[in-house]
Amino acid sequence: MIEIKNLTKKFGKLVVLDGLDLDIKSGGIFAVLGPNGSGKTTLIKSILGMVIPNSGEITIDNISVLKQWEYRNEINYLPQIANFPANLTVVELIEMVKNLRPKKSNENELITLFGLTPFLNQKLGNLSGGTKQKVNIILTFMFDSNLIILDEPTNGLDPVALIHLKEIIKQEKEKGKTLIITTHIMGLVEEIADEIVFLLDGKIYFRGSVADLKNQTNQTNIEHAIAHLLTKENV
Amino acid sequence: MFKIIKYSFYDLMRSRWSYVYFAFYFALGFVLLFLNNDINKAVITLMNIIIVLTPLIGTIFGVMYYYNSKEFTELLLAQPIKRNRIFLGQYLGVSFSLALSLVLGLGVPFVIYGLFNSPAIFDFVLLLITGTFLNFIFVALAFNIALSNENRIKGFGYAILMWLFLAVVYDGLFLISLVIFNEYPLDKISLFATMFNPIDLSRILIILKLDISALLGYTGAVFQQFFGTLLGMIISFVVLSFWVILPVGRIALKANKKDF
Amino acid sequence: MRFFLILFLLVTICLQANTIKVCESCKIKTIKEAILLAKDGDTVSVKKGIYKETKINVDKSIYIIGEDYPTLDGQNKTESIFAAKAIDFVISGFIFKNVGLSYTKEIAAIYVSNSTNFNIKNNVLEDVFYGFIIQSSNFGLIQNNKITGKSINETTSGNGIHVWKCKNLRIEQNIVKGMRDGVYLEFVNNSFISNNTSQNNVRYGLHFMFSNNNEYHHNEFRENGAGVAVMFSKSIKMHHNTFHFNWGAASYGLLLKEINDAEIYDNIFEQNTIGINIEGCNRISYKNNHFIRNGWALKFRGGCYKNIFEFNNFVSNAFDLSYNSKLNDNKFEANYWSDYTGYDLDKNGIGDVAYRPVKLFSYIVNNTPETLILLRSLFVDIINFSEKVSPVFTPDNLIDAKPLMKPIEL
Repeated sequence: MIEIKNLTKKFGKLVVLDGLDLDIKSGGIFAVLGPNGSGKTTLIKSILGMVIPNSGEITIDNISVLKQWEYRNEINYLPQIANFPANLTVVELIEMVKNLRPKKSNENELITLFGLTPFLNQKLGNLSGGTKQKVNIILTFMFDSNLIILDEPTNGLDPVALIHLKEIIKQEKEKGKTLIITTHIMGLVEEIADEIVFLLDGKIYFRGSVADLKNQTNQTNIEHAIAHLLTKENV
Repeated sequence: MFKIIKYSFYDLMRSRWSYVYFAFYFALGFVLLFLNNDINKAVITLMNIIIVLTPLIGTIFGVMYYYNSKEFTELLLAQPIKRNRIFLGQYLGVSFSLALSLVLGLGVPFVIYGLFNSPAIFDFVLLLITGTFLNFIFVALAFNIALSNENRIKGFGYAILMWLFLAVVYDGLFLISLVIFNEYPLDKISLFATMFNPIDLSRILIILKLDISALLGYTGAVFQQFFGTLLGMIISFVVLSFWVILPVGRIALKANKKDF
Repeated sequence: MRFFLILFLLVTICLQANTIKVCESCKIKTIKEAILLAKDGDTVSVKKGIYKETKINVDKSIYIIGEDYPTLDGQNKTESIFAAKAIDFVISGFIFKNVGLSYTKEIAAIYVSNSTNFNIKNNVLEDVFYGFIIQSSNFGLIQNNKITGKSINETTSGNGIHVWKCKNLRIEQNIVKGMRDGVYLEFVNNSFISNNTSQNNVRYGLHFMFSNNNEYHHNEFRENGAGVAVMFSKSIKMHHNTFHFNWGAASYGLLLKEINDAEIYDNIFEQNTIGINIEGCNRISYKNNHFIRNGWALKFRGGCYKNIFEFNNFVSNAFDLSYNSKLNDNKFEANYWSDYTGYDLDKNGIGDVAYRPVKLFSYIVNNTPETLILLRSLFVDIINFSEKVSPVFTPDNLIDAKPLMKPIEL
């Protein structure tokens, strides 16, 4: 579904993505892992067109997405930090995003699921971080798109909301959607991810399933497996 | 893009700052009219305030809005919208809401005071038009600075410095160089120099109306032609429009290249 | 007895003034003919129509009255239409057209010389070169005439009312537009000029030269090339006049040059490039004048002593005062200055701090005129303020020690 070829991105002298090649097949949950600053978010943002790569090619369903914008109608994106215009109410924000994406949406179901009904007419500036993240999640999942990108989706969520989130992710997967997730919560990766990509210094360091990773590193615990990958690198 | 303008505008129209700004101009209008007791005089005092404060407020608001809505911008960037439309939309949203605060804030007191029956109405309208222009220009300049500076403290600092430079320092350097090169013919150069500062340009535009009697006291033929005919007004407005178009153009360009 | 009575009646009938009618269908068809027939005291009544006559000599005490505005067509001949030289005459109610012009001969619609007790009124002069030329005459009334010209520059234009070497004239309620000088007075004494409107003239709305003991009041002067000029004259009273919209590098509301002992009060100077330009003037009293939104309210060009400015309003002028020499001998006291920012703690209506009418920027503009372009800039306000706090360039002693807190009523 997504094909990335020779993707390079530099911020000044710092090389964040260094000739990265990656193809992601349709369907399933794809976790992008890596230490801080390894280029996870940059990779995601490159796909979304928020970061403009220095060189390389990104295609989705064999169509180049660089400098395009219409394709984003088929992507749902959950940003890392949930911050919205402080003076809009939740309803207004949802209406606005719906307005910007002329597409069918099922926000009401999600609003009930996350218990946001009492907050609907409050200004976003007055909401707590967790509530904002719930709004963020609703905005992401209310549309029916084939590609869903989640950047640290668990930030600030209470356990109940976390369970709901996992359920939604699983449901989407069952519908045959492609999900790309970055996270530091290894438990989540182990629980849901079909495939893992481990980035280090802008390159793919490992790719495969959770089982592959454990096999390759001879570790039973995924966190240890990751740590092992990193120490091997240092050796 | 209109959707973005609409939401930015709504957002700002509901923020406390829009009301503070509106209330400030509203109070200013009444205080000036109360103190001067004469629309004509109030218009002159107002001019001094408008050409200094509108740019300052536009600058601060522009930078503040840009940095404060950064995450929101990222949300928008993930939506199927063309990039520069997001920024132009936000820019126009801020500019329109500030312009509205200015026009209503000052307009209401003056209208209550009997503006429509006063010959000063044209001067006043010109003042509001110039104020609106300055507003659009300085919000655009502020957006440019903010777009080029990730660090918001730095961005804020540069924006204030820019205002200080254009509002005060530029004129100081200008005056000093005119006095130093006193022996040379300076009229063309001095007219030229005003074009490079939107605050000076707006000032000229307003004094063309308010102080034309004084401006015509200068003997230079170029001045005479510039001030004595419609030419001065037309050129000033055209250049002022460039002062809007160029920074806005840069916003669009910069927005297309920037990473978020 | 009856005989004497009849004789007396006959004599009075004979002596009684006659009215001679002039019209196209009348027995007498030209004004010249009528004047020839007229005796002193007769009236020549000219009916509506067009009369192509020039050089009509008025040499008798007669009344020449136009009924319903007959038109006198000068056919652009180089001759005046009326040439009057008489005692007791009236010319009234005519329209003058196509009056000739000459750069060598003195030609006007009405040319008056060596006359006394005359009255020129209710005439309309269209596109004339010179309107009236009055010379060496006394006791004349020039009233309610309307004079228009199409002057473009000074050298090829004439004056509306041109008066030379006269005494005891009254020039009232005339409207003069588009001439060189609206009203020009040279060697004219003891005369009154009032309630006239003089506008859009190429040079001066009103021009005094070497004329003493005159008074002009309640006139309006607007949009004249150079305003009103009073030069080389003594004891002139100027009051209740309005000078406005006189714009240009050499334009003034009022230009005073070599004037002594004049009184200037209750005038309005509004939106002129220079309100009053003062050069070589002594002992002039300025009272209750209103200077509103002029470029320079007062501009001194030197040689001025013992002038007194009190109870004047200076409102929203770009510059209240500018000077290029010492101004020590002139007094500014108890004026209202709209730029005054002082306070009045004892509430007596007089500001507690003195006002300095000369700003630093005014001094800079005097030296480098191009700096005018920085008028009302924030930087200029800042340097003006610092100069106010500690004067360096502007004279220390040029102050209004008793500035008024409220403007004088109009």
